[in-house]
Amino acid sequence: MRRIDAKIITSKVKEMCMKANYELSNDVLDKIKQSIDKEESPIGKDILEKLILNANIAKKERVPICQDTGMAVFFVDIGQDVFVEGGNLTEAINEGVRQGYTEGYLRKSVVKDPFLRENTKDNTPAIIHYNIVEGDKIKIRFAPKGFGSENMGGLKMLKPSDGIEGVKQFVIDVVRKAGPNPCPPVVVGVGIGGTMEKACLLAKKALLRNVGKFNEKKHIKQLELELLQEINKLGIGPQGLGGRTTALGVNVEVFPTHIAGLPVAVNLNCHVARHIEVQI
Amino acid sequence: MKEINITTPLTDDVVANLKAGDRVYISGTIYTGRDAAHKRLVEAIKQGEQLPFDIENSILYYVGPCPPKPGKVIGSAGPTTSYRMDDYTPYLLEKGLKGMIGKGQRNNKVIESMKKNKAVYFAAIGGAGALISDCIKESTVIAYEDLGTEAIRKLTVEKLPAIVVIDSKGNNLYNIEVSKYEI
Repeated sequence: MRRIDAKIITSKVKEMCMKANYELSNDVLDKIKQSIDKEESPIGKDILEKLILNANIAKKERVPICQDTGMAVFFVDIGQDVFVEGGNLTEAINEGVRQGYTEGYLRKSVVKDPFLRENTKDNTPAIIHYNIVEGDKIKIRFAPKGFGSENMGGLKMLKPSDGIEGVKQFVIDVVRKAGPNPCPPVVVGVGIGGTMEKACLLAKKALLRNVGKFNEKKHIKQLELELLQEINKLGIGPQGLGGRTTALGVNVEVFPTHIAGLPVAVNLNCHVARHIEVQI
Repeated sequence: MKEINITTPLTDDVVANLKAGDRVYISGTIYTGRDAAHKRLVEAIKQGEQLPFDIENSILYYVGPCPPKPGKVIGSAGPTTSYRMDDYTPYLLEKGLKGMIGKGQRNNKVIESMKKNKAVYFAAIGGAGALISDCIKESTVIAYEDLGTEAIRKLTVEKLPAIVVIDSKGNNLYNIEVSKYEI
């Protein structure tokens, strides 16, 4: 049994909140850079260049890349041989968010109640998904999620007979309908299988995978490639102002499902596709 | 692409000359407002109350900025998605609002009201919050302070870059440009 002090978790989470919002990770930056040469639209090309410039300013000045510093979403893998001492794990993560968003001058976007809408003023509570794994480490993955893109996601409970074509149709429809709203070029997270809520969780989890890193399953990688190609034929382009670069990547995650169903969820991320992980 | 410098307040003549696709650099005073502020502004209009700033010929920027770091005027300040304001916008256009800065499509009711009231809709680059904040020289909260990032701010901007995406005739750059690249 390995003991980890809750304070260490708070401190790591605090750093992650700031770093993820100030520094766009290299996988996303590289994909944007690569797409500049391929972009045929002059407006689109100009926008992609400005996105790089913006990311450089943010990193240098240590200010958020985007003003929507998101709702704080965590995926936490906890080794079953770990004991967290000196505090409750969930509270330790929330305290990290509280400190990171306040000390990092990040925007606090969370309201206490969906109807009363009073700001909690510290961006808590975080959304935390726990997973118990083997070992004595804790892996924390963090993806601050802006709602310009979050609002554009979708879920559909397809029939098994709809098959892969049905899935493709739905994913493409979601991206088409979203148009300029989610700040394209987007990263498309797709969750297929499980139950209704599992598909949504998979779609979000898919956004944590580096852009350009494909699913290990061959037929799923094929689906990712085909979807990316189809989506980039939509013409939406950077910021929805036309062009070839509508998506930087499509990440698909799958899970076993029921004989009667084919759930599919789409979670869109904007070009500020923030994701970061630490292991403690 | 035409490049035009414009200064607030807007006039009907300036608005009439702006065409979908023009690149503009906006200087002068603009006001911020997003979801919660719009709700309050429209409630005030419905109750016959005076608005907290002079809306006539003004530009509203849909933004919820990050807090400023010490020594800075404002934090990251890119545009938020505009369609959420669509239910409220026609009321403000009727009161003399001439320009809006945001990102994403507007609905038909907004576009019809823009045509009727001679107004223009600009898009700034969504997510480019660090880049845009460099153009903001002054920022003062002037109303609804309790809304935090959603409070109404009076901003002084210098050459804020934007693109005319829907002009006062209803021409829509989103539709025009996307159709060119759709396969």
